Amino acid sequence: MSARPDVVPVDVPWRRETASLGMWIFLATEVMFFGVLFLAYTHARLADPQGFAAASRLTHEWLGTINTAILLTSSLTMALAVRSGWAGHRALVIRLLWATAFLGAAFIAVKLVEYRLEWRDGLVPALHFTYSGPHARAVQAFFFLYFVMTGVHAVHLTIGVALVAWLALRDRDPSHPVRRRETAECLGLYWHFVDGIWIFLYPLIYLVELWR
Amino acid sequence: MSAAAIPVPTAPRESFLTEGYTIASWLTTRDHKRIAILYAIAITLFFFLGGAAAALIRIELVTPRGDLVTADTYNKLFTIHGVVMVWFFLIPSIPATLGNFLVPLMIGSREVAFPRLNLLSWYIYVLGGIFTVAMLVAGGVDTGWTFYTPFSTMFSNTHVVWAAAGVFIVGFSSILTGLNFIVTVHRMRAPGMTWFRLPLFVWALYATSLILVLATPVLAMTLTLIVIERVLHIGIFDPALGGDPLLFQHLFWFYSHPAVYIMVLPAMGVVSEMITCFARKRIFGYRFMAYAILGIAAFGFLVWGHHMFVSGQSVYAGMVFSMLSMMVAVPSAIKVFNWTATLYKGSIVFTAPMLYALGFVGLFTIGGMTGIYLATLAADVHLTDTYFVIAHFHSIMVGGSVMAYLGGIHYWWPKITGRRYSEAWGRVAAIVIFFGFNLTFFPQYLLGYLGMPRRYHEYAPDLQVLNVLSSGGASILAVGYLLPLLYLGWSLFKGPPAGPNPWNAKGLEWTTDSPPPKENFREPPLVTEPPYAYDPEHPER
Repeated sequence: MSARPDVVPVDVPWRRETASLGMWIFLATEVMFFGVLFLAYTHARLADPQGFAAASRLTHEWLGTINTAILLTSSLTMALAVRSGWAGHRALVIRLLWATAFLGAAFIAVKLVEYRLEWRDGLVPALHFTYSGPHARAVQAFFFLYFVMTGVHAVHLTIGVALVAWLALRDRDPSHPVRRRETAECLGLYWHFVDGIWIFLYPLIYLVELWR
Repeated sequence: MSAAAIPVPTAPRESFLTEGYTIASWLTTRDHKRIAILYAIAITLFFFLGGAAAALIRIELVTPRGDLVTADTYNKLFTIHGVVMVWFFLIPSIPATLGNFLVPLMIGSREVAFPRLNLLSWYIYVLGGIFTVAMLVAGGVDTGWTFYTPFSTMFSNTHVVWAAAGVFIVGFSSILTGLNFIVTVHRMRAPGMTWFRLPLFVWALYATSLILVLATPVLAMTLTLIVIERVLHIGIFDPALGGDPLLFQHLFWFYSHPAVYIMVLPAMGVVSEMITCFARKRIFGYRFMAYAILGIAAFGFLVWGHHMFVSGQSVYAGMVFSMLSMMVAVPSAIKVFNWTATLYKGSIVFTAPMLYALGFVGLFTIGGMTGIYLATLAADVHLTDTYFVIAHFHSIMVGGSVMAYLGGIHYWWPKITGRRYSEAWGRVAAIVIFFGFNLTFFPQYLLGYLGMPRRYHEYAPDLQVLNVLSSGGASILAVGYLLPLLYLGWSLFKGPPAGPNPWNAKGLEWTTDSPPPKENFREPPLVTEPPYAYDPEHPER
């Protein structure tokens, strides 16, 4: 096996497909994992639609929108990192991976600011919940699901940031470049999945009857 | 041919067992065959732990009064029996031991697709086991294996969080095993091993793996929500907050009904291998058998509501779930009929594995037919939560899955260890288990029909005769389960060498040494014939 990045060993296409098939199946399990929360959300929202609309208006939709933009941009840098890896631009890959990790970390930072604002407003069920307006029960259910769903998402994203940073560090070592590219491809699938979950969370949390 | 002309098999000099003798060489192995043996040891320990709890339950039920254990202890006993047997024995039993050992061998591969992940799933299993044992030592849990809310979230004073954590963790071991098998079957087949040349055992494991990866995460998240609700006293299952305990039951059974098929599909695969081998015939309707396996796996996802007929779900939902549940009987019946048709005009040899296989077919049929009673909406109102349900699912789980697991262990024992066991003792144990099983569970069908509810440590005095019969059967069953430990243990050290193919069976695993070398095959195999080519004069239909 060669260390030169332009020489691809014969079994690479086979290994590449095997590894990404494994990742796709893992992502299928993740869909079912998050599916429970989406079902719970649907169930609770159908029980009191106006309550969920009222609760949604209490969220910080601008922070959510900024975070959506950050995460979509990180998916772009991740996709570019995977593509430039297969094209053999190692230095570019490292920079793109760091950009991806940075954007992911920025998302988590914004999320923490948001959690802090919700704590200040007394919207954290079980720990600090002071909301007593109309639909108080539905608002509480909404924010319970909000914290569970965004929390599980943030845990996934944190793992993603750690793995991307780890790969960027490993990529400085020029041996086994092909293995790195396979890893990057699988990591890219994971990253886009976490991004995709957010695409569904964003309207469900921030945009419920926003303009009524 | 004179007896002297038959070559006496000798043990191969090198095998996966001789690759290293230290404990570290086992605990760091990436060889799927060694990982299978690690699993076999771990699940055997849990089998006897769960069995001990069952023994105490049956001893308590010898008398109508609750005189051996208190009601609280009894609740903990049936909970630990259920949790251990379902998640730490039955679900990993055939897939993680026989499946791990055999899937790569059967498809002609050197290894599974992700060997390191395979070892990781064993460690995750052990970690989940440690949590469960710690929960037991700390005082147990009394919710039943179903963790129904609001009891588990608001009222139980026992270690629900530890128990849920143990099950949550072991679930990831299942997921990773399933993922590994799917990718292995897709990507690692030998040249010529087309999909319709796969042994039915591999088809069964493939379908099981699909259920493992799609259903288990639902349980994981549901248990997470239980733990959050129990710790923070807020959640989606609490009606006081607009939540719904029924939602928990839907989510739980969305996993736990397909889990029944996780337990029984691999058993069907094992039985298909043994019946063809010992009837010396090609399996009847191979393609239909493969489609039936996939059909059961798919339908299995659509029937969970039959666990909730009396839980207050809408009557229309009940009717739909009842109808769908009956439809699972169709592919199941295809399998039973095809096994029977395979036996027809076969040259049947009643070896120990074959006795287990035939026991499986009979008991699975009884378990399946009583399942139709329970899927019938009106009958279920009378039978639900009685011993009829207990007897029904034990027919499938114990009469079906455990029988098939033990049959498979005997059938592939010469391949795994390279040694033969005592056929006579094997047959005795199979018959003792079959007899013990029926004496344990037939009285329970009657008890359930008479209205004895499950999960009570006391009962009406006129039900004592049937309960004593059942407990007597359980003690025979216990003897039957201890016997293989003795003669298989003896075989492990003293058994005569088996040779590559002691049963004269078809299938790639029988073309290599027993025990197989580390790389499975000395030469990469090339597959040129259909599966189960026992009667070459009848070409592939």
